[in-house]
Amino acid sequence: MKQTISVLVENQAGVLNRITSLFSRRAFNIDSLAVGVTDDPTISRITIIVENGNNVVEQVEKQLNKLVEVIKVRTLEEGSFIGRELMILKVNANSKTRPNIMTICSICGAKVADISPTSMTMELSDTPDRLDAFQEMMRTFNILEVVRTGVIALQKGGGKI
Amino acid sequence: MELTGAQILLEGLRREGVDHIFGYAGATICPAVDVLRDAPELGYTLVRTEQNAGHMASGYARVSGKVGVCLVTSGPGATNLITGIATAYMDSIPMVAITGQVPSSLLGRDIFQEVDITGAVTPFTKHNYLVKDAAQLPRIIKEAFLIASTGRPGPVLIDIPIDIQTQVVRDAEFPESVSIRGYKPSVRGNDLQIKRVAEAISKSRQPVICAGGGVWLADARDELVELAERYSIPVVKTMMGLSVLPTDHPLNLGMIGAHGNRCANKALAKSDLLIMVGSRVADRAIISPEEIQRRMATIHIDVDPAEIGKNMQAAIPLVGDVKVILRQLLALQVPPPDDAQWREQLKEYRRAELERVFPRRDGSVFPGTVLRKLGRLLDDDAVVCVDVGQNQIFACKYLPQKHGRLLTSGGLGTMGYALPAAVGVKVALPDRQTVVVCGDGSFQMSMNELAAVRCAGMDLKIVLFRNHVLGLVHQIQKTEPYHGPFGVALDGSPDFAAIAAAYGIPSLTVDDEDKLDETLERFLGTQGSCILICEVHPDVGTTD
Ligand SMILES: Cc1ncc(C[n+]2csc(CCOP(=O)(O)OP(=O)(O)O)c2C)c(N)n1
Repeated sequence: MKQTISVLVENQAGVLNRITSLFSRRAFNIDSLAVGVTDDPTISRITIIVENGNNVVEQVEKQLNKLVEVIKVRTLEEGSFIGRELMILKVNANSKTRPNIMTICSICGAKVADISPTSMTMELSDTPDRLDAFQEMMRTFNILEVVRTGVIALQKGGGKI
Repeated sequence: MELTGAQILLEGLRREGVDHIFGYAGATICPAVDVLRDAPELGYTLVRTEQNAGHMASGYARVSGKVGVCLVTSGPGATNLITGIATAYMDSIPMVAITGQVPSSLLGRDIFQEVDITGAVTPFTKHNYLVKDAAQLPRIIKEAFLIASTGRPGPVLIDIPIDIQTQVVRDAEFPESVSIRGYKPSVRGNDLQIKRVAEAISKSRQPVICAGGGVWLADARDELVELAERYSIPVVKTMMGLSVLPTDHPLNLGMIGAHGNRCANKALAKSDLLIMVGSRVADRAIISPEEIQRRMATIHIDVDPAEIGKNMQAAIPLVGDVKVILRQLLALQVPPPDDAQWREQLKEYRRAELERVFPRRDGSVFPGTVLRKLGRLLDDDAVVCVDVGQNQIFACKYLPQKHGRLLTSGGLGTMGYALPAAVGVKVALPDRQTVVVCGDGSFQMSMNELAAVRCAGMDLKIVLFRNHVLGLVHQIQKTEPYHGPFGVALDGSPDFAAIAAAYGIPSLTVDDEDKLDETLERFLGTQGSCILICEVHPDVGTTD
């Protein structure tokens, strides 16, 4: 099962290096990792998705907590957080295929970000499995390029970590 | 007032109570070394290779309870120190390593003697800093010493570019204390858990305490002994926890693990309650954590929460400073466990081990025999620094211990540790009887540090087991799946008596067990340092 971990860290050079170095040294597998500064410019939030076999998440949490620049670590409970990922995807498109692409875009809620005589570029922000579904649907049009940000997440409700 | 970065460094070290530095100079650390001439109260040992600065700082830290400090130059100086840092990290030794660095404006250009040392040591330092502004140095130094010495101790590295060492700072402020929001080690144990532990002890029939290096790091020997004695709980030790109980203490059962005492391993296997104190369930000590988990209840007391559940799930985890937790436990009074029968049974195991007869071979001495006799002759509080290999296993298993210390590289198993560590011990405790035990392989890894011994006129007694091979590897190669010894003969080794003499140190050689008593007396009675070369047969094994 995948687990989502939210980590608050000092917004300083080298912190990301320490975290990725920890993951590779302890042989933890990360699915995705996304970083951005918080409302407090001295703090960044990192959202990490890990595969949880053999109590990995407990060790990941504890090892992260040992890093001096890590301020807080919290594993988010399934169903109790909003998790979103942004994807930008480019496909071949011509006058024949464009309407079909547009139909799928409107079903999935994707926006067209760029268009050219031979291509279309869409953007979609949603949960990772919905992005997967959209990407699957686009495959028939020949995907030229895809980029995804990795999930960012926040707890639901008024609480904060 | 104006101070340079180097002067700030010196002032910061003084404020942390540093009284000795183990170092090796080079171009990029020259400004920092230059100001040391103004600090005659600060001792300085010039090592012969940087790795040993780390080991000396380690030996110093382990017996003084203070942070060991080393200072080296950038590039090769820093990379040479790496093994010393990793050795300290694995054994949780409080250490601050200061490295010179190329000018900050040229970082990343691969200029002469530039190496990314903070990047290289990230996996095995507790924390590290690359200083970009000398005005930050007072805070960084304060933080480094705090981090190195509190919680689970460990090495911290401060990399200081040469221009930062010469940068002038006006009115530098030295904080009295620092608070780091991401660093708050636990101290007190959870009261509820403490009660559960006391109840579990009271209810057990076959309890065993397993004492690890954390007992020493927390300075909790007295508390541990009090707990064991109050409830009559037998004690086994890991390699890092050795010497918390004297060998002849009725509750002592020796060292556990792959190379441990049989009686200790038997006690561990048959106990119904295992109380781990400051030990990290390392593979060499606890060979099969799953088995233990299945067979007995476990209590795991450690300052590092990540150690609990890393290799073994404990029934009752207890996080905090070992000394504080043991005091909390001692403050509770519970009925002692009904374990008299258990202790009787263990006494039998122990007797068999202590009365074990060692083999004899003409023309050589057996390490176990030498160490048994040696231990009895040592001062009550002697410090023995032990290297790596068969010599280490023999010493840990058979050297009788009193109320001193046995120091060895337990976690990394770094050959060459013993001699420099002993130099560090002598710096901290000049009057303490200090002994080195090593093999002819490990001795050759650091014998250049005899220069430090000579230079300071130290009294170190060095026991060198000469078996002409890398003994432990030789022993492994003689078993399945290998095809016999290869690449382990120490041909070309020097005449160690001549080496000793070259450093102005006398030596003795013994190859006859009938002469052992007399030779050991002469050895220990020698004024100043002395090397005792013991002829050992290459085929000797650690289970003989
Ligand atoms: C730096 C380092 N290199 C290699 C090893 C692997 N190793 C472990 S024990 C050993 C042999 C040690 O030989 P010696 O010092 O002569 O001691 P003996 O085993 O003969 O007592 C070796 C090579 C090590 N532990 N450390």
